[in-house]
Amino acid sequence: MESIGVLLMCPMYSYLEQELQSRFNLFKLWQQPPSKITEFLKSNQRTIKAVVSNARVGVDAQLIDSLPNLEIVASFSVGFDKIDLKRCEEKGIRVTNTPDVLTDDVADLGIALILAVLRKICPCDGFVRSGKWKDGDFGLSTKFSSKPVGIVGLGRIGSAIAKRAQAFGCSISYHSRTQKPLKPYKYYDNIVDLAKNCSILVVACSLTDETRHIVNREVIDALGPRGILINVGRGAHVDEPELVSALLEGRLAGAGLDVYEDEPEVPEPLLRLDNVVLLPHVGSDTVETCNAMADLVLANLEAHFNSRPLPTPVI
Amino acid sequence: MGSSAADEDLPQVLLIKNPPAFAVLGEEHFTSPKFRYLKAFESSLPLHDFLAAHGGSVRAILASLSVVDASVLDLLPEVRVIATTSAGLNLLDLPECRRRGIKIANAGDVYSTDVADYAVGLLIDVLRKISASNRYVKQGFWASKGDYYPLGSKLRGKRIGIVGLGRIGYQVAKRLEAFGCSIAYNSRKAKPGVSYPFYQTVQELAAKSDALVLCCGLTQQTRHLVNKEVLAALGKEGVIVNVARGGVIDEKEMVRCLMEGEIAGAGLDVFENEPEVPKELMELDNVVMSPHCAVRTRESLMEVGRLAVRNLEAFFSNEPLLSEFEDD
Repeated sequence: MESIGVLLMCPMYSYLEQELQSRFNLFKLWQQPPSKITEFLKSNQRTIKAVVSNARVGVDAQLIDSLPNLEIVASFSVGFDKIDLKRCEEKGIRVTNTPDVLTDDVADLGIALILAVLRKICPCDGFVRSGKWKDGDFGLSTKFSSKPVGIVGLGRIGSAIAKRAQAFGCSISYHSRTQKPLKPYKYYDNIVDLAKNCSILVVACSLTDETRHIVNREVIDALGPRGILINVGRGAHVDEPELVSALLEGRLAGAGLDVYEDEPEVPEPLLRLDNVVLLPHVGSDTVETCNAMADLVLANLEAHFNSRPLPTPVI
Repeated sequence: MGSSAADEDLPQVLLIKNPPAFAVLGEEHFTSPKFRYLKAFESSLPLHDFLAAHGGSVRAILASLSVVDASVLDLLPEVRVIATTSAGLNLLDLPECRRRGIKIANAGDVYSTDVADYAVGLLIDVLRKISASNRYVKQGFWASKGDYYPLGSKLRGKRIGIVGLGRIGYQVAKRLEAFGCSIAYNSRKAKPGVSYPFYQTVQELAAKSDALVLCCGLTQQTRHLVNKEVLAALGKEGVIVNVARGGVIDEKEMVRCLMEGEIAGAGLDVFENEPEVPKELMELDNVVMSPHCAVRTRESLMEVGRLAVRNLEAFFSNEPLLSEFEDD
């Protein structure tokens, strides 16, 4: 296997990198100066048979076309919105992702963000650290339990979020492409009605052409000045400038975000808002889950190069 | 708020201090056609002088932040009920009340939900580094320094040890079960009908837990319950969450353990000497702190005030209290 060339798109996780290094002929794209990348790909195009990508750095048509011997793209993520699936399909290139192993962590983070925003956990911590407690009490926060939660996308992650929110006595409603008859929650066939009928809107769907900017001005207005938005999907799900102005103008009570349109760039006005919690895309960032995701990437690569069925294929 | 002749006939409820709920949300939410308030805090007289002058026929107290002890009760010979809006009962002299046949209506379940929610919030924050990574992003470090490290720790499969399985502890347990945690507990005695494993001592519980969540009251028995031995049993990977009272933990020892990496982290809403917080904690990213605000939501404040009013109305109608405190 040491002769099989694997291109790693960006630094991801040291355990994954080490394992790829020991099992394959590993090429690290970020170690090439940008001006030399075309040359680098050209000189290694015969060897490189696999690409490992993630949520941040994808695989576009240009890259695919420059690697004529590419057989498989294994993503260290569950989302594959940055991979040109169409081009991969045309060329018979397999694509794999890391579903299920990260469902719990992302769902946990969704609830963590709700609590952090409503109960003001982060500003409270800041209040103590700054010494302000000596001058007076903090003030009131907003209850979470029993509040109506609306979930956009009731897949694995959305369902896991629903299950947790139910333990807090919340009523659950959702919007997705199709109604899920086995799920006991109220379904809305459009996201505006969902937003009107909840006070906590959680984005947990996959990013497609249909869901790009699914949270727009109309949805934000429907959610209203007492509503909060939680995004553990993709930054592109939300019209970010609209979200920023809604928060600045008090048309939304708060937001908890793990993803942004142009990571790691975060809209500057949000940095100063106490009613907004900003996380650096850490949805699946636990030791346990990163290990499991890495093992899945390796299992997919090993299976492919040993002509066995892929554990978690997308195509 | 002018009184009429009929008002004068209404029984009086003593307010020693203005309850936070009235001050923050407005007294108009807490009036009743069945009684009127006697506001000691509006008088320039010292409390005991005021009570000596006006307390003779008062049958009820709505207590919030005030001490109600024998000296106060001596001046209120007709009092038969105290409704409190506080979460804790430590300002009321319970044995004195019992001796005088005074019933206590407490905050019931109103606060327990909010405290349970907050305990879960603190636990996940510590394990997943929410506050620390929010600070990281807001200081502009994500773009300049790169992705946030170290990685957090997964919640599913964690063994949670709950100290005090009362209303709050039980709600914490129910919530964390939904995240895939396993629950065990220590309480004064094992709870019948509860299937979680019971440990006789907190030290045994700590030895078998990845995180301890303190939900007990502060009594002589629970002061410094979490001591050097318990923290050692909890261990280097262990996390402690305290939404009970600061005095339940040997704070100095806990700070030492955190500084020396002998426990992995802490989520603390309460401290031994509030609002003083050990300055060593201010530098630690694996500690999440809050200014004793686990009960303080707008909703709870409203609800607890309304519950006190309903309890008092029940009393004056000779009906059972809705949330009578029974000391077990």
